[in-house]
Amino acid sequence: MALKGNLRDFSTTQLLNLINLARKTGTLTIQNNGEIAHMSFREGKLIYAHLGAEQNNHLAQILQTAGKLSKAQAHIIETKVKGKSDKQIGHLLIQAGYVTQSDIIQSVRQNVLNIVYKLFTWVEGLFHFEANQLPSSSHITIPIDLESVIMEGSRRLKEWEILQEELPDLDASLRFTDRPDTRLRNINLTVEEWKVVSLIDPRNNMRKIAQANNLSDFEIRRIIYGMLQAGLVELLQPPKPRKSTRQTESSARRTRTKTAPPSETPAARRSVVERLIHRIRGL
Amino acid sequence: MQAAKMVITGPFSSGKTEFIGSVSEIDVVSTERKITSSAEQIKGTTTVAMDFGRITVGDDLVLYLFGTPGQRRFDFMWDILSQGMLGFVVMVDSTKPETFREAKRILETFEGYASTPYVVAANKQDMEDAWEPEDLRIILRLKPEVKILPCVATDKETVKNVLLELLYSILEELDKEESAEHN
Repeated sequence: MALKGNLRDFSTTQLLNLINLARKTGTLTIQNNGEIAHMSFREGKLIYAHLGAEQNNHLAQILQTAGKLSKAQAHIIETKVKGKSDKQIGHLLIQAGYVTQSDIIQSVRQNVLNIVYKLFTWVEGLFHFEANQLPSSSHITIPIDLESVIMEGSRRLKEWEILQEELPDLDASLRFTDRPDTRLRNINLTVEEWKVVSLIDPRNNMRKIAQANNLSDFEIRRIIYGMLQAGLVELLQPPKPRKSTRQTESSARRTRTKTAPPSETPAARRSVVERLIHRIRGL
Repeated sequence: MQAAKMVITGPFSSGKTEFIGSVSEIDVVSTERKITSSAEQIKGTTTVAMDFGRITVGDDLVLYLFGTPGQRRFDFMWDILSQGMLGFVVMVDSTKPETFREAKRILETFEGYASTPYVVAANKQDMEDAWEPEDLRIILRLKPEVKILPCVATDKETVKNVLLELLYSILEELDKEESAEHN
């Protein structure tokens, strides 16, 4: 039986909840604006995910993104071990002392989670679930409980909605405030924030800064929002207020008085119901 | 003559008219009009007031089946139709996930009207694209005691099964009432 539709009607949260509760095994594929994501599940647990082309999910790239390999190391590995599976590459890297098993597990797990959390922000896209279809044994799979993923994804979605309302237009540019106030004295910036700071310039819009730093729309908004709140930067092009893409589902349930059931005695009603059963059986 | 009443509800185009037509001994009295809204032009006509079917049980008892209009703009009718019903059936087109939210809304509205038992009919189970009834249970957040039944509204046997299961649920409810009275 099919499990397919559009995220317009069914959010990622609802789909993951269904897969979790029904303890499903298989692969969920979602297509959105030319992007394609695959998530695999075994008995309701998330075990694997990849976004875009398979080669973009190369273990070397995942380890590089996690900061376990340098860009040069990742490039060498990708070119030298072509054709080898992620599991084989993992073994080689552990034996060569580049990374530990724990590094690989944590990095792959984080990569899977990053993909899934991104999918929470997709509001449209065709999806279908292929039961019992799982990634090949050459892939590294790590079972992750969906309950915590759903909770964290929902939290991020709310954060995403707020950020999108505050910073709807990524084409807006930024500049440092002319007269920063005293709050700036005790600011500590992360490496990512420093990278963003280095590109703050009226000629660079937020989209460009994000691309230059390989940051998602969510990440750049979060960093910029923090800087705006701290009074470090200001927007050159004020964002136009825009309605959130996801409207809160209002359960506009009516509060009418319940109609009383037919006012006969239970015995009389039982007799009616039994006669109806007999009649319908004989139809 | 005593009349018993069941309501068949559900979103637009979920198969309510076909459902009643499969078991009614009279041609379904249907107030159908040509559809003018482009969004709803899935079918040529739709029920704007109600469907009405009948099953005669004896000289002194008749069962009426009332189908509610599917579009929201006619939901003022639901309250009227639900008065005095024995129970109700919520029809869901299992091939149209875009209607599941509406089905949930209708279900909650009818639950608010009367504390009568109900069942959910997962219609169009003969179609390749149909979602499984148990998946629909999760999506519609049905309580474990609420029955969700596979159904093909044009197939008399599955329609009979849905009505029988609803009647069994009503009997169970009566059992509970009686045992509560004795206690």
